[in-house]
Amino acid sequence: MTTLAPVAGAVGAIGAAAERPDVAAKFDGSFEFANDRWVPGMLFGATVRGRGPHSRLVAVRTAAALAVPGVVAVLTADDVPGAEQIGHITRDQPVFAGEVVRYEGEPVAFVVARSQELARLAAGLVEVVEEPLVVLDDPERALDDDVPQLHPEGNLYRHLVIRRGGSTEGAPVEVEATFTTGRQDQAFLGPESALAMPDPDGGVTLHLATQDLHLDQAQIAAALDLPPELVRLVLGGVGGAFGGREDITCQVHLCLAALRTGRPVKTTYLRSESFLAHPKRHPARLHYRVGAEPDGRLRYVVARIRLDGGAYTSTSGPICGVASYFAAGPYRVPAVDVLCEAVATNNPVSGAMRGFGAVQACFGIESAMDLLAAKLGMDPVALRRTNALRPGDCFPTSGQAVHAPAPVLEVIDRCAALPLPPDPRLVSPSRLYHPYSHPGGTGRTSLGEGVRRGVGFAVGVKHMLYGEGTPERCTATVRMSGAGVEVVSAAAECGQGIGSALVQVVRTELGDVPVWLAPASTEAGYAGSSSASRQTWMSGSAVRDACRELRERVAALVAGRWGVAPGDVTVDGTILVGGAAVPLVEALGGEVVEATAVYRPPITSAGDPTSGQGDVHVGWMFVAHRAVVDVDVELGTVRVVQVATAQDVGRAINPREVRGQIIGGISQGVGLALTEELLSSGGRVLNAGFTDYLVPTAADMGEVLVDLVEVGDRHGPYGAKGVGEPPSLSSTPAVVAAIRAATGRPCSRVPVRPWDIVDVDADPGAVTR
Amino acid sequence: MPVAGGARGWLILGAVVEEEVEVVLGVDGVEVVLRCLPASSLLRALRDAGLTATPGGCEQGECGSCTVLVDGVSVCACLVNAGTVAGCEVRTVAGLASPDLEAAMARNGTVQCGFCTPGFVVSSEALLAGGGVPSRDEVREALAGNLCRCTGYAGLVEAVMEVARERAG
Repeated sequence: MTTLAPVAGAVGAIGAAAERPDVAAKFDGSFEFANDRWVPGMLFGATVRGRGPHSRLVAVRTAAALAVPGVVAVLTADDVPGAEQIGHITRDQPVFAGEVVRYEGEPVAFVVARSQELARLAAGLVEVVEEPLVVLDDPERALDDDVPQLHPEGNLYRHLVIRRGGSTEGAPVEVEATFTTGRQDQAFLGPESALAMPDPDGGVTLHLATQDLHLDQAQIAAALDLPPELVRLVLGGVGGAFGGREDITCQVHLCLAALRTGRPVKTTYLRSESFLAHPKRHPARLHYRVGAEPDGRLRYVVARIRLDGGAYTSTSGPICGVASYFAAGPYRVPAVDVLCEAVATNNPVSGAMRGFGAVQACFGIESAMDLLAAKLGMDPVALRRTNALRPGDCFPTSGQAVHAPAPVLEVIDRCAALPLPPDPRLVSPSRLYHPYSHPGGTGRTSLGEGVRRGVGFAVGVKHMLYGEGTPERCTATVRMSGAGVEVVSAAAECGQGIGSALVQVVRTELGDVPVWLAPASTEAGYAGSSSASRQTWMSGSAVRDACRELRERVAALVAGRWGVAPGDVTVDGTILVGGAAVPLVEALGGEVVEATAVYRPPITSAGDPTSGQGDVHVGWMFVAHRAVVDVDVELGTVRVVQVATAQDVGRAINPREVRGQIIGGISQGVGLALTEELLSSGGRVLNAGFTDYLVPTAADMGEVLVDLVEVGDRHGPYGAKGVGEPPSLSSTPAVVAAIRAATGRPCSRVPVRPWDIVDVDADPGAVTR
Repeated sequence: MPVAGGARGWLILGAVVEEEVEVVLGVDGVEVVLRCLPASSLLRALRDAGLTATPGGCEQGECGSCTVLVDGVSVCACLVNAGTVAGCEVRTVAGLASPDLEAAMARNGTVQCGFCTPGFVVSSEALLAGGGVPSRDEVREALAGNLCRCTGYAGLVEAVMEVARERAG
């Protein structure tokens, strides 16, 4: 394996487990989350939501709410001065529903009052008259002729065809099956909240939690009919995001309210609202037919994927692309035939969540690979090794050349080599009876006679950055004064650790200087979203480039002041003039030196419209997961004993934060495998709360073993790739494969439910489901 | 008079809603007077008084973000009526985090978005106050009432184990 050369630099440079700049404030409670900001005289807003899930909006009567003392305003669709519709890419989502409500909980009005409680109570007094329309809740029916057409262009958000290679028929060994993934919520802990303040110049300042300040700014400005420079966004503390803060929720409502009332207006969503308000992971149905030679070499992968996009487009387009391009996994496949469709329904809006379509595709292809391994009588790991992509291959879907490094074999082998947990049969039998080691925990109703252990393995792949020809750039500014270096960046810190990564980049480039981050805002240059495993790459590169420019400028300034050649000036913590250290203050003489860089990654192109072929991605991240589970085959309960992973991270800028991303991402993968599903019936959400939307707890998570594969990317800063998404790719299919191994049950959908494990249909006494 | 109904019960707006009460209690060693509605939770009363160190993630006792100690007992502040803790001593993360726990939590990478951190600090301190070295499963049980969406809990459990061992010498 390649070993990366150490990066020279100061304490806290690249590769160090540097401390996060926000850590102290997060411990003493002084860190200001978006809903912690309080200004005198502020008002509070509450959203009035349509019942939907599909209805004609007959009337929104506000008089009763307005009559309540303390209620200041009630805003509806009539109060939107600019664009009536917003949207991440396609602007098809009304700021307030006007004529039609397309999903349960769609905003129809916004009540502004003296207190948050009063606003919420008064919201209940706004009379929303809806006339029910036929509800389209089945994505499989969305493209039929006899269903409601939810949008002027119909019910298809995007379809993508990928065709590569020859015949997809007649392999000696073939498997065929359909797999399903449920609707997962990002379930970030800090509910949606923001504070809008009117500015004297007629503009507005919004303190908010978001993943992309400038994307929000553009949509808000359009809706307000204001030039973007009058809409100023400042990042408040973000209580997690995971894709769930890529879309607009309360932002426009608050800005409208602040401009209307001339006063600061804040809102904080209830958890039940949060579950309705932001787009979720697309539920998917994936039909696979996979053919192979008797020795296990793949001949073809045929996939038909239907994504439930819900009521509005959001990011359904690119997610359809990601699901398609990763439908054949990180494997050598001579022939690929993929059709993926993202469709409109009256279900909750689907959009970005960690993995962005690749999660669903990974569950499909990896489940099919396990079926194939079983049919071939081959070890699942050996089957994956046989087919692993290698440098010099073509990517199976896009046909893109796979450049080194592409450590697919390496992540497989290093994951498989991690130690397994002790076999329960070899340790004390009483161990199984400890409540926390028993599947089902303290609620157990057996002594563990039915507990079986299973081991499962899966491999994942996803690209980093946007891809498919989407233009991409990132701006950062660094400013050196006598006090140190300030980094000005609009990159959103959602918890992932971009702040410490950028500080580490500065220390790598400029040495051991004090470094601090200016508050992220739209006053800084465009950084793009903290999503797509891209921000460390993008902002890390921009800050690196800005630092190098800064170094030149400082050298020129100091050389002029000291009457030496610029080549005699070195910036490394202090400033060295001809080898002699001069403190920053003295060297700069009160001047502030600034440099801004705009980083542009290698360009990608859109795929060919009929075959999907093209250089659609900058590069790929690979990962392998191995899960060990104990299953009570009589109760249908599962305990994850251990998840082991080897992940291709390029280079770990901050190994501690990378591990944090990995273990956290695995916990979300475990959640999708076992417990997390936002259920709906007829378009109505059934479990909009943490009471029955079950996020894994400390009791649910088993041991996690992490091995970082660092082989250095060609383009990423210092060799870094993205880190955030891969942990959520193959962790889910690995857990399910382990359940299959323990039970022999097909478990073709996630989350796996008790009745997928316990064969109730085979039991004549069982209650029919 | 308009009336709003629903899960919160029937309230005559403009009457009940506006009648604030005063609750005197200790918060992190300082006597404070919280002015709040009679139905206010301790969480809401604290936050409305500008004491925002304790975040609210769900306001229904499920996420544990708002965990505080009331006279030494850990509770979800969102589930406790503010009036019922008059005269009590409330400890929040702002007055509770001890340097060894902070260091161990930082060392183990337990802070990402940080929204759950106050609750985990309080739950961890409550467990550690019992003395001794808990087993890994006991730590997991003690922390099972606090959700973390970012870190996957491994570091949180490890940090508590480390501090317990250090304190036991």
